[in-house]
Amino acid sequence: MTVMTRGPAVEAMTEKDHPAVLDISGLSKSYGPRKALDGVGFAIRAGEFVALLGPNGAGKTTLFQLMSGLFVADAGTLKIAGYDIRTDAVKALAHLGIVFQQPTLDLDVSVLNNMRFHGNLHGMGGKAMEARIHDELGRVDLQDRTNESARNLSGGQRRRVELARALLHRPPILLMDEPTVGLDPQSRRDLLSYVLELKGERDMAILWSTHLVDEAEKADRVIVLHQGHILKDGTPESVVKDAGAKDLYDAFVALTSGAAAA
Amino acid sequence: MQTSHAINALKAVTRREIIKFSQQRGRLISAFVRPALWLFVFAAGVGSVTGVDPGMYHPYPVQNVPYEEYIIPGLLGMVLLFSGMQSSLSMVYDREMGVMRLLLTAPLPRWYLLTAKLISGTILSVIQAYVFLVICVPVITTYVHINTPMIGFLYALPAVILTGLMLGAMGLLLSVYIKQLENFAGTMNFVIFPMFFISSALYPLWRLEERGVYIVYWLANVNPFTYGVELIRYATFGQFNLTAAVVVTGCVIGFLVIAIMGYDPQRGLIRRGPRPA
Repeated sequence: MTVMTRGPAVEAMTEKDHPAVLDISGLSKSYGPRKALDGVGFAIRAGEFVALLGPNGAGKTTLFQLMSGLFVADAGTLKIAGYDIRTDAVKALAHLGIVFQQPTLDLDVSVLNNMRFHGNLHGMGGKAMEARIHDELGRVDLQDRTNESARNLSGGQRRRVELARALLHRPPILLMDEPTVGLDPQSRRDLLSYVLELKGERDMAILWSTHLVDEAEKADRVIVLHQGHILKDGTPESVVKDAGAKDLYDAFVALTSGAAAA
Repeated sequence: MQTSHAINALKAVTRREIIKFSQQRGRLISAFVRPALWLFVFAAGVGSVTGVDPGMYHPYPVQNVPYEEYIIPGLLGMVLLFSGMQSSLSMVYDREMGVMRLLLTAPLPRWYLLTAKLISGTILSVIQAYVFLVICVPVITTYVHINTPMIGFLYALPAVILTGLMLGAMGLLLSVYIKQLENFAGTMNFVIFPMFFISSALYPLWRLEERGVYIVYWLANVNPFTYGVELIRYATFGQFNLTAAVVVTGCVIGFLVIAIMGYDPQRGLIRRGPRPA
């Protein structure tokens, strides 16, 4: 299978203005005999919102685990802001904001202490950090819940705290692994539109994994991942056109069921 | 790694441990009640039946030290042992709750993050050990004559810290291998109780040798916990037990290094499956 590494949307951008901040090539990872990822490669530039679209078990979470340094790939390279996660993990991680699929808030402590914990781990402290915590929580409308225990927040609010927290150290790259799982439609929409706002405002590179086609439609680029392989990488329109489908949903279904049969 | 960054991170990890500890009232109370029961109930019972005569046992300056006095270093060790295991439990809990991912994706070397975790756990351990001393020793002295000088408990501080580090590092190491919270209680039964009972915490080891209980004697002699207790026991009399210090220091380093290797994603001891950290 050919691995596509660049989509047309990327080529349309000027490389000088928008260097690739996340650069992956030939990435493979197996769990025993099962290949979770097989020769995956793509690049994401600043100011680009990329949806990683794949059904459950496609390898999305494995990819996020490799990108966040929790796992090490069997083969391939993974560069974050120019730093190889294998050899320069500390510098690479400093440039990442991560929202994990699994909840990672400490429910026993306050929202503020959750934020502080993260800020301190990222080398922040003092008044500057407090101000930024206030800002980021304000942006997600949670400034008045600061001192509350995280346990008291709803699922959507917890996700917003996690997003605010991931942004606290102003990373140029934001990784979100199925961030809308378990959220109600309104919370899903709010989260997505806030992230789209951030993209323009902070010129961030955003990788958003999902199995929901309507979320992927909003992206600048869609990468279709299935059984550890990249099937398509391009604008939502080009993916639809290439698959000869009437919309992204049909294209996604055709691509992923076809590959399963092959 | 910048120093200020490292210090901020250590503070954050420690503050979190302390906040969480202070919220768990049961843990706070049991940390104190457990050794107090041993001291006031067990020691009174066993002491009155058998009496422990350490003979010319070092470091005691006299014969026939009260049993209550004999087991104080052992009970300090017990507080540190339980606390070390509790840190291990909190690592496993954090892993299940996802907080561990946050820690392991922080832009700091992993060895430093794990060492910070160990230091913060040890701070909690030492606080608990001294809370026990401050409350229980004055009570004991109202009805038993204690040979240990009060300043001795201050001399013991470095020994208490070192032993706390050893048991905390052991907890860290165990957390590598304990995959799920449910497995924790079982593991604890196979770690805490044998370590505590097969050691010099409750009886002098020469007694075992004298009575010919060689297997227990031999096991107690290879139990690192024995050396932690003896290091503390000698320190309370202002004496330095070199063998114990070497063994305990060696164990701190050994346990920590193996734990760090266990948490290394390159080696991936903790996560062979597709759901890590």
